[in-house]
Amino acid sequence: MEKREETYWDSKLKEIQSKKSAENKAYSEWKSRTLEPWNRKTGYSEKEYTNSSSIDLKEVYTVEDLPKDHSKQIGMPGEYPYTRGIYPNMYRGRQWTMRMFSGFGTPEDTNRRLKYLIEHGESGLSIAFDMPTLYGFDADNPRSDGEIGRCGVNVSSLQDMEEILEGIDLSKVSTSMTINAPAAVVTAMYIAVAKKKMIPLDRIAGTVQADILKEYIAQKEWIYPPEAHIRLIRDMMVYCTENVPKWNYISISGYHIREAGSSAVQELAFTLADGFYYVDMGIKSGLKVDDFAPRLSFFFNSSINFFEEVAKMRAARRIWATVLREKYGAKKERSLLLRFHTQTSGYTLTWQQPLNNIVRTTVEAMAAILGGTQSLHTNSYDEAWALPSEEAVKIALRTQQILADETGIPDVIDPLGGSYYVEWLTDRMEEEAYRYFDTIEKLGGILESVKKGFIQKEIAGTSYRRQMRLEQGKEIMVGVNRYEEKDEKPISTLKISHKAQVDQINKLKKLKETRNNLAVKKALQDLEKALRNPDENSMPYIIRAVEAYATLEEISNVGRNIFGEWKEPVIV
Amino acid sequence: MENGKNRLLFKDKPVKVLLAKPGIDGHDRGILVLAKAFRDAGMEVLYAGLLPTPESVVETAVNEDVDVVALSLLNGAHLTVFRKVADIMKSKGIDDIALVGGGTIPDEDKPELEAIGVTGNYGPGTPLSVIIDHVTTRAAEARKKKISR
Repeated sequence: MEKREETYWDSKLKEIQSKKSAENKAYSEWKSRTLEPWNRKTGYSEKEYTNSSSIDLKEVYTVEDLPKDHSKQIGMPGEYPYTRGIYPNMYRGRQWTMRMFSGFGTPEDTNRRLKYLIEHGESGLSIAFDMPTLYGFDADNPRSDGEIGRCGVNVSSLQDMEEILEGIDLSKVSTSMTINAPAAVVTAMYIAVAKKKMIPLDRIAGTVQADILKEYIAQKEWIYPPEAHIRLIRDMMVYCTENVPKWNYISISGYHIREAGSSAVQELAFTLADGFYYVDMGIKSGLKVDDFAPRLSFFFNSSINFFEEVAKMRAARRIWATVLREKYGAKKERSLLLRFHTQTSGYTLTWQQPLNNIVRTTVEAMAAILGGTQSLHTNSYDEAWALPSEEAVKIALRTQQILADETGIPDVIDPLGGSYYVEWLTDRMEEEAYRYFDTIEKLGGILESVKKGFIQKEIAGTSYRRQMRLEQGKEIMVGVNRYEEKDEKPISTLKISHKAQVDQINKLKKLKETRNNLAVKKALQDLEKALRNPDENSMPYIIRAVEAYATLEEISNVGRNIFGEWKEPVIV
Repeated sequence: MENGKNRLLFKDKPVKVLLAKPGIDGHDRGILVLAKAFRDAGMEVLYAGLLPTPESVVETAVNEDVDVVALSLLNGAHLTVFRKVADIMKSKGIDDIALVGGGTIPDEDKPELEAIGVTGNYGPGTPLSVIIDHVTTRAAEARKKKISR
């Protein structure tokens, strides 16, 4: 057989194996001495205890479940490998940012909602865009019919971005924008708004998601084939590294991978594998790892299996720090820190008995805090029905405020650190993630694995397994497959009026009549030239096109003509 | 082949269903689960992939001679987009393909969808058996129309 060179991941897996204790004597002795007689006496029949990652759970964990050097790998807060948190004082120094994902209807509607949230104590903005915007279609495209403002705010041109941010001081607030395929264009719009408001680019702060790999994996909002998007992200990365120092240009996202049905381990592994891809990309485009790694941030899901989520977040921090240091040779401490935003899980919410969702969200938010998140979005109880109402979103924000100010949970750093169970689970998830990294590398890397449909199939398999378990009653959702109620009363939800679409189309029509169409044409031609030259950075050209009020679709069409579109591999 | 025999064979053929998300919507968790579940239930399953237009969904449904088109949207555009599919079918005089729907569909929108012939309209948490039963029933109706044609 051909001998393959040992990969970094092989060596990590070997290292993990070598540290494991041979046997757990205390546990096996206790089991035969105390547990089994008890089970026999009480007539207990074996049940299956497992988590979303199909990791089987024992009744109890002991020190022997931890590796020999456990105190070293657990470490201390603010110190390598950062298992316990990236900052020495964590929430004592700075509370997590309460960042509620918002956006619906017209830019004016969203501007009002953002101001409402700021008024009620939100500390950072987070903007949701509608489907046409996410796919680079304008409001007046026939394909956008019925979709304007439904899933988020509609942005067809710079004018819309100006209206969303009207009256908000961009030098004081940081803004996160969930935008991927058109991320460079939307970043250009934000930069253009700042320039118009005379705010220097080193004063604006924010994040665009721009994690295109997970689009092909899970969220499926793309415009072009992967290579074209990767080139655009590279351009934005290089431009912002040089010009917009507080702009986090990629938020590597597990959230959507999880929502698409993955397990916690799959979320962890695929997200970090995406992250490593971006590190490779930055290095390939000539940047030094320490110049851009500090700007990469992450976005995780916090789902309902409490300890599994905490362990996932702790494992993520340790893996990132270890691999950045050992494999990529990062020297700066900030390059090693995995900073992340968390959103509570959408798919664990039920439309049945919707008020129960407040409890689910609270538990998930607690896991995120105990997992050491830097910012948090809590879902609203009505989100299995519609976009959240004002009342529902306020309760979700208040949930965070109660956790922060009343419960004492954030007072002590990593309070679950040292729990045999949590430490063992952290190690297990880390090990499973390394196994996936190894598989992915053997398939030719993450992009190749996605193009082959491997990752998508892994997720679809887990998703189906969970559905089957729900159907068989092996997993319970209260109100869905247990404690159902016959008469579910509809709740009052946010309605998006068709007027949003009419208004957006009219506004766009007027814009196209009043802007300098010659300047638009010129800007788009220049952009085309830049895009055709793979060595040119397209970002300045995108900014100029945006400033000339070329629309999102017009700008996206330049790329569509050059790069074509994308058809995903067959998954079913 | 003898006419009657052909019909008998046709009647016993498995239910053929086209799954489609005929809007700008990437939420495919549910539809991928359904694809597997329908297949496990013995149906012949086609999936239109992401981002098909309503026109292309109807075209595929006709070309493939399916019994049921199962539409899914989680982006709130069901009233507009499901209606487009129904309208195109109506304008082409297609009445032997059943339309069913699902996704994030508020109760108050359901009567309107039923009125244009899109039935089911199941939300999250619906047992697969309920959906499979409904598709099977609607497929039988469509098959009956096909046979009497």
